[in-house]
Formats: sequence, structure tokens, C-alpha cells
Amino acid sequence: MRVGRLPARKVRILALRYLGATVVTQLFLFPVYWLFMISFKTPDEIYHVPPLWIPAQIQFSNYFVLFKDGDVVAILNSLIVAGVSSGIAIVLGTLCAYSLARFSTGGENLAMWIISQRMIPPIAVVFPIFLLYVHLGMVDGFFGLILLYTAFNLPYVIWMMRGYIVDVPLELEESALVDGLNRWEVIWKVVFPMVRSGLMATSVFTFVFAWNDFLFALVLTRTEVITFPVQLTHYFGGQSNFWGKIAAMSVLGTLPIFVAVSVMQRYLVRGISLGAVKG
Amino acid sequence: MADVKLSGVHKYYGNVHAVRGLDLTICDGEFAVLVGPSGCGKSTLLRTIAGLEDPDDGTITIGGAVVNDLRPRERNIAMVFQNYALYPYLTVTENIAFGLRARRTPEIEIRKRVSEAAEMLGIGNLLQRYPRQLSGGQRQRVAIGRAIVRKADLFLFDEPLSNLDAQLRDEMRTEIKRLHHEITTTMIYVTHDQVEAMTLADRIVLLRDGKIEQQGAPLELFERPLTGFVAGFLGSPSINLIPATLKTNGGGTAVVFQSGGTLTLPSAKTMSLTNADGRQVLVGIRPQHFSRAGGGPLRDGVVAYSAVADLIQPTGTRTFTTVKIGGVDAVAELQAHDVSRNGERIDLAIDLNRVVLIDPASNLVIA
Repeated sequence: MRVGRLPARKVRILALRYLGATVVTQLFLFPVYWLFMISFKTPDEIYHVPPLWIPAQIQFSNYFVLFKDGDVVAILNSLIVAGVSSGIAIVLGTLCAYSLARFSTGGENLAMWIISQRMIPPIAVVFPIFLLYVHLGMVDGFFGLILLYTAFNLPYVIWMMRGYIVDVPLELEESALVDGLNRWEVIWKVVFPMVRSGLMATSVFTFVFAWNDFLFALVLTRTEVITFPVQLTHYFGGQSNFWGKIAAMSVLGTLPIFVAVSVMQRYLVRGISLGAVKG
Repeated sequence: MADVKLSGVHKYYGNVHAVRGLDLTICDGEFAVLVGPSGCGKSTLLRTIAGLEDPDDGTITIGGAVVNDLRPRERNIAMVFQNYALYPYLTVTENIAFGLRARRTPEIEIRKRVSEAAEMLGIGNLLQRYPRQLSGGQRQRVAIGRAIVRKADLFLFDEPLSNLDAQLRDEMRTEIKRLHHEITTTMIYVTHDQVEAMTLADRIVLLRDGKIEQQGAPLELFERPLTGFVAGFLGSPSINLIPATLKTNGGGTAVVFQSGGTLTLPSAKTMSLTNADGRQVLVGIRPQHFSRAGGGPLRDGVVAYSAVADLIQPTGTRTFTTVKIGGVDAVAELQAHDVSRNGERIDLAIDLNRVVLIDPASNLVIA
């Protein structure tokens, strides 16, 4: 931007705008900054009055403890549960969505019924599911959590992907059918590239849902497969809170989402706005 | 290369009977144009031939083989769509090569055919671009290129020019016609535009309500329509239909308009008519069959008619003028300078040798 050429009034407006943006950004980023700083502090520094903006020395003992005690396994568990369940939900959900969009499977109301499943408050079903899982011996294992998150994510994936697929011009698929592809190839070579942004955005959301879930993980896990949000609660004690561990664990738990969103940012913006306006 | 035969083809969409027992044979190498108003079933018919729709009854054969149960990709056809159907994430080259890659054609062959097609269509300089970087006409060329490279038995065009502006449409029309001369593949072309139909077709198949109203060479349909619908559909401006009564006296037959006025028909026209006297008809006179009377003697079957020019619409080469005939507004197509102002009284000559008489009850052309 060549500010030098703008009239003074416009420069002032622009300056105010940037100032406002900076203030708002700082307001939002402060908790994140504080989280990172605490994770690098010693216990003395954490409770220091007045608070220390920057620790005297960046040290990683809080992280070291998490690795030494094996607490980081919770992050790995979360990665497995969230990754596998959203992978399955995306594949199955996209195929379901294609079927709904192109073959009007189940008539007009099936799609609505499917999304209505997503509106069930989790707390209403968590205990019946717990009892069921106890009977089936599925408590405290990967399979149970993955199955549950897949089930909860499927309606969302179907609903979103159906919207994106409906927007793909039918002629593109018909042209490909005439040109020599079968249905599966059409989905892979025509539909998939056309809805790629939407698919990426949907994947991120399903992953984040499974990653953030606390309620199901709390009820359905004991000792074997503890996910990151549940692990975090172990550091809040009756007498004292282990702020250093809480902060370090929170940073570790934020990083995968941070990386996923950064990598997919390009798709996210397009994916979220895709389908908003008919081309 | 292949001929196409449809027999007894029916297609329903719910309660709508879109194609009603249609029989049609398109010869090898022929350029057939399916034309008709919206909802006449022309696109449905094309999509049925392509295999994108299944007929509810009847058989479709391509090159002698029944294709009813074959998938679109097994019919060896190529299709060009109205909205081009180019893949936005592929370059022009990749778009053109798409069908060949789908059929596992060797890469060397693909490169050869793509460059041949690109040269034929004059898009060789666009090969690395993406569809969004192309104009409408260029996109349609790419879409046609994608069809050409396939070397299919049959080409199907579904209103390929209707998204283009008028000038480009004329240009592409010429190009499609030349393409057919060069590759001589059987082509079936759907349009609602009668000019496209007339100019492109070896044979026009005029559809109405899911049935064939008439088929034949363009000029045959234009000059010898079998029904009032055909007479009215082809020709621009469309034919003037004037209600009248037939009257026989002595040697000849004349039409008497309801508001008075009589025109005597040439005997060749009315020879085959029986029980003509008193019969109600619609007299169909094409705008092109009017001319300004030059003052000299008129040819056989040409009658003089004096009228007041009402609306005048110059097109540059010709001028359309509205005149009253038998109490009805009729359009006459005259030379550019034959009429200059509204309200001018002009002496017209009407060529009744080419008039059509339509029975209003059955809508059939009786002479």
C-alpha cells in the first residue's frame, strides 16, 4: 500500500483503523501469551507479585515433567482418537452426502433428519451410552471413543458436504460420465477437486470437535486411554493447582490445532465462504 | 461413425410425459438438429441417447447395437454441454485430454490429438491457461476440442451456443458447420434457436410435446410445412396467419377475409382441395413473400395489395413493415428503402404461389 499518495484524511482513518485492530488483537492474544509464559516459568515466578511479564530465564522443566511422567501420551491418544474418527467421518460422510445430493436418497427429509441428530445435547445421551459401553466392554478403549466421535461427527460432515456437492455443476459430472469415467472415478476426479476447500474446512471442524470433547472422554475413559482435555483436569487439585503443568499441557494441546489451522488456512477461508453465494 | 435409431422411445418425469413414443433414424454422418420450444423434450431425448437418462420404453441403437443397457461411457459418444462443463481446476490441455486419460490412451497419442484439435480450433496459444482465464467463445472451443479428440462415433451438442453473445454465436455456428464437414461424424444438435437449426442441419427434427411434428431438410420444412405449428416455428419474423374463408367460383378459388377483401389463389395451389367452398382457413403468408409492386405486370399467382405501412423496423439490409391484411396485423419484409415513414400508403405484391392454407381445427396444412 502506498500511503504516501493518500490524502491526509484517509491516512488518519487508516491509522485509526490499524490502532483499533492492534488493540483488539492484543486483547485477544493476551491469554495465549500468558499461557505460553506460565509454561516457561518456575513456581516462584508463577506466584510472583507483581506478575512477571517475562520469566527471568526460559526453562522447560514444566514440559520435561510431562514427558518424564508419560502424561504426553494423552496428546497422542487425542491425536489417534480425533484423527481416526474424523478421517472415517469424512470418508463415510462425503459418500453419504454425494448420495443425498445426487440421487435424492431417502427423499427430501432424510438430510434434515440426519442433521437433527447433531442437535441432541451430548449430556442427554452420555449416560445411556456409558451403560451400553460397560455392557459391551468398550469403556476406556480407543474403539469406543472413535466410534462415538465418528457417530457425532457424521451428521455434521454429511450436512456440510451435501451443501458443497449440490453446488458442483451437474454438467461437470455428466461430461465426465460421457467421457469415460465410472461413478467412483467421477467422485474422485471431479467432485473431490471441486469440493476440496469445503472438505478441508469440514475436516478441521470435525477434528477440533473430537479434540476438544471433554464430556464423553471424561465419562468413557478411566486409565487406559486418557485424552488431552481429561488429562488436563488431573492437575487441578483440592489443595493446589499445578499451574506450570496446566500451562505446559495446554500449550502442547493447542499446537496440533494451531498447526492444522495454519496449514489449512487457505482452504478454510474459501471453504467456509463456499456455498454462501451461488456462482 | 454410426447411425442412430430410436424406436418407440418414451420418457416420463413423474407425471410429465416428456418423450411420447418417438421413432427417429439419423443416418451415418448426418447433422441432425433437434429443435422445438422449451419443454418439447429435445434435451431429454439427447440425454437419453447419451445414456444420462434411461428411457422408460423403446429401444435406442447406435451403429446397429442396442445401447439401452450401456452406460454413457460405453456408448463411445462425445457431448458438448451448454455451460461448457470445463473442469476449473484443470488447464486447457488437461481438459481436452480428460476423456483420453479416462480411457487410458497412451500419452504420446494424447499429445498428438490435443495439438491437432487445438490447431483445428485455433486455441493453440491457450493450452496452458485455466478455464477462468478464457472468454465464453474460447471456453466453448475447448469444450468442442474435448469432444473432437475422443474420435467418438457420435457427437451430441446440447444448446452449445446459447450462452454466447450474438456475434460469437454466428462465428461458432460457422465453425461447428465447418467442423462437421471436416470430421463427418454423425452429429445430433439440440437448440431452441430456429436460425441455428436452419443453418446447421442436414435434417431438422422439429419436436413438440415430446413428439416429432415434422422432419426433413431445412428448406423443405420451411417451404412445405405439414402443420401450422411448423409454419409458425420456422422463419423470422414468423409467418403471418390470417383467418379467412375459401370461396370457389367458376374456375378459381379465392380467400375472403373476415373484414372484407379477397385474394384469388393460383389454381396450382388449390387443385388438390376438395369441398373448398365455404371452408374456414388460416392463410399463412411469410413476410418474405411480400414485395413492393414495381408498376409492371405481375407474375402468375402474384397479386397486388395496397396497404398503409404502420410500424417500420429497418434492419439495414431489409425493412420490416406492419400492414393490415384482413383486419390482422401482418409483417412484410421489404427492401431497405421501400418504405420510409409511418402511415405511408404502399402498393405491395404478395406471392400467393408460396402461401400455405391451414385448417384451424386440425392445425394441418391443407394446401
